[in-house]
Amino acid sequence: MKELLLGNEAIARGAYEAGVKVATAYPGTPSTEITECIAKHDDIYAEWSPNEKVALEVAIGSAIGGGRAIVSMKHVGLNVAADPLFTVAYTGINAGLVIVVADDPGMHSSQNEQNTRYYGKAANIPILEPSDSQEAKDFVILAFDISEEYDTPVIIRMTTRVSHSQSIVEICKPQGQKLKEYKKDISKYVMMPAMAKARHIIVEDRMNRLADDSNNMSINEVETNDRSVGIITSGISYQYVKEVLPNASILKLGMVYPFPDRLIREFASTVDRLYVVEELEPFIEEHVKSMGIETASDNLFSIQGELSGNTIYSKITGKQPNVKSAANVPGRPPVLCPGCPHRGVYYMIKKLRLHAAGDIGCYTLGALPPLEGIDTCICMGASIGMVHGIEKARGRDDTKSWIGVIGDSTFIHSGITGLIDIVYNKGISTVAILDNSTTGMTGHQDHPATGKTIKGEPAPVLNLVELISAIGIEHIEVVDPYDITKVETVLKKEVERDEPSVIIFSRPCALLTKEKSRPFAVDKSKCRHCNMCMDLACPAITRDENTISIDKTLCNGCGVCADVCRFNAIERLVD
Amino acid sequence: MYVDLMQLKGWLIKMATTNILIVGVGGQGTLLTSRIIGNLAMDLGYDVKMSEVHGMSQRGGSVVTHVKFGDKVFSPLIEIGTADIIIAFEQLEALRWSHYLSDTGTIIVNEQKIAPLPVILGNEQYPTDVIDKVKDRSFKCIAIDALKIARNLGNDRVLNTVLLGVLAKQLEMPVEGWLDAVEENVPPKTIAINKRAFKEGYNQ
Repeated sequence: MKELLLGNEAIARGAYEAGVKVATAYPGTPSTEITECIAKHDDIYAEWSPNEKVALEVAIGSAIGGGRAIVSMKHVGLNVAADPLFTVAYTGINAGLVIVVADDPGMHSSQNEQNTRYYGKAANIPILEPSDSQEAKDFVILAFDISEEYDTPVIIRMTTRVSHSQSIVEICKPQGQKLKEYKKDISKYVMMPAMAKARHIIVEDRMNRLADDSNNMSINEVETNDRSVGIITSGISYQYVKEVLPNASILKLGMVYPFPDRLIREFASTVDRLYVVEELEPFIEEHVKSMGIETASDNLFSIQGELSGNTIYSKITGKQPNVKSAANVPGRPPVLCPGCPHRGVYYMIKKLRLHAAGDIGCYTLGALPPLEGIDTCICMGASIGMVHGIEKARGRDDTKSWIGVIGDSTFIHSGITGLIDIVYNKGISTVAILDNSTTGMTGHQDHPATGKTIKGEPAPVLNLVELISAIGIEHIEVVDPYDITKVETVLKKEVERDEPSVIIFSRPCALLTKEKSRPFAVDKSKCRHCNMCMDLACPAITRDENTISIDKTLCNGCGVCADVCRFNAIERLVD
Repeated sequence: MYVDLMQLKGWLIKMATTNILIVGVGGQGTLLTSRIIGNLAMDLGYDVKMSEVHGMSQRGGSVVTHVKFGDKVFSPLIEIGTADIIIAFEQLEALRWSHYLSDTGTIIVNEQKIAPLPVILGNEQYPTDVIDKVKDRSFKCIAIDALKIARNLGNDRVLNTVLLGVLAKQLEMPVEGWLDAVEENVPPKTIAINKRAFKEGYNQ
């Protein structure tokens, strides 16, 4: 049977067919759908872990314990999971362990475009790179076989265009895997210096064997064609090359680390001009050149953004494809939704002229005009550590114009330790948790404070107030962010304190609330066109010449605009 | 069930790959449209690739879905200047993506206007005469008020199925295979209204 599957769905299918016992993840675009799809299989244990480090540790536990495990994350999630990553390369596994990492060249939904291939090289872990959904499924099954044959974790590197493209996949029966026997072996699984030194020897030997064997792996494949141009490529770049240069000879690397040196050398010797076509940093290119092989693609492609068929064609042939220029039209950036509970908080942060160390989520959009509610965004959880650092650098008085702003899921992911730091090291910062009861930006995944597991089963609810209280925060306020007056008074009060405090702005994501309140409308006789409501950047409120109006099909009835209007010109519609 | 689909295949085989670009504003339901087209093409025995946008852009940003089918498809992305058909769910998005159209391509435009943030804030103007500009930039342009048709049927959300009907007509094929594909891909409760929406679009 054949099905059209996203690359991410195909990874999930591969995990099912490979007999995976445990699947873990923290949501992150473009990787989220992998574990959502695996969770639909009743016979696989799946979880949203609080963060990627925990997710990898759970998967390692399963693998060493004897059950095949798969863990999925976006590229920056691997930074969080890097600590266990480097050492599980030493211990090896028992049952197979596959780590799926989805890179985001072009930064469609990310804060950087780091290249996961370097992790494979740094940690001595093989990396497979599928180029479409069928390969995504096949490579998962192959990755488990390599993992068990070579006693190593295996990384599957996806990119946005592979993860979020659909193509046809042949559906097969699951293999059915038995739990492997677990044997206590401290020389293998306890990485203290004496044991780790011995394991490092094994790691080096394993990578040498893998490099040697990769010359004969069928996923490293030569397509001989016109020999005047030879192209070494992998992943989505392979598909672009096939589309625009159908006559070129190609060495397609299904495994991008370690490298098949003999295959590369043989291929290079059979073609007149050799190009390496890859997105981001020249990872393959650097290796080919280090072998003393000349390439024609040195500095040919930018390290920034995605490639396209047109780019590859014009760079290699020197001919410009005949393309029209884009029309000059206003941009359409993403915006906070109508009724978004974050909007009023940002409006008030700006009104009170506060600075905010921000974090990762939908609420990062609050940095943009006209809300301009946050000053910084670095990584998951950074807001809390950063606001503390700003206080320590600039002194307590200056800190009273600063707060940290973080979402509920992000706080659980990696904000808790920052808050402990503030209390322990006698900080006075105020942290605002924008608690919308979900992981919003990635499409509404549950987390430890939502009361549901990934499978929709009821779960214990992490009580944020009790947790924060236990950390030692004495001043905790829970505020409905639709209540603008309360938002203002509480923000003013808490930033003035000489002790640390937390404000939890609690209101579910507007997209989760199915029942809308009655919409609002502008009473044109009262409106003085002061534009205060326009500063909310609500997609439902528009200005046409001198008339401000509310689109009642978009309005969700939150009423924040009515509260900011000084002339009572915005009123709820009645039946 | 697929008797008429075989006729459709006979038509499709004349083309190398068919490239359909679907553009709109995050939240308008462009993904369902692409999935219906993709599954129909796969059922006909064609190779199919589609590329979607998830994550940040879905929060009211400009969104695009690429659908390609043919004997063999490599890249899931349509290059600039190679779209056979563009389905635009919004006027401004039609203009934004119009350079993707091939020299002989057709663009189907829903006449709905959704102001982007720079326009809402008054920093930029929503361009005037957008449909005329799109016509100037395309071989063939079909403008239709799909939202009004959907609204008259009683559900704004079926505007995507109205546009699907317009597309099916452009592919000059009998409606039955498409109707089966609609039935398989929409929520069971909405099958009847989606079929009516498809026929309204097809008969425009």
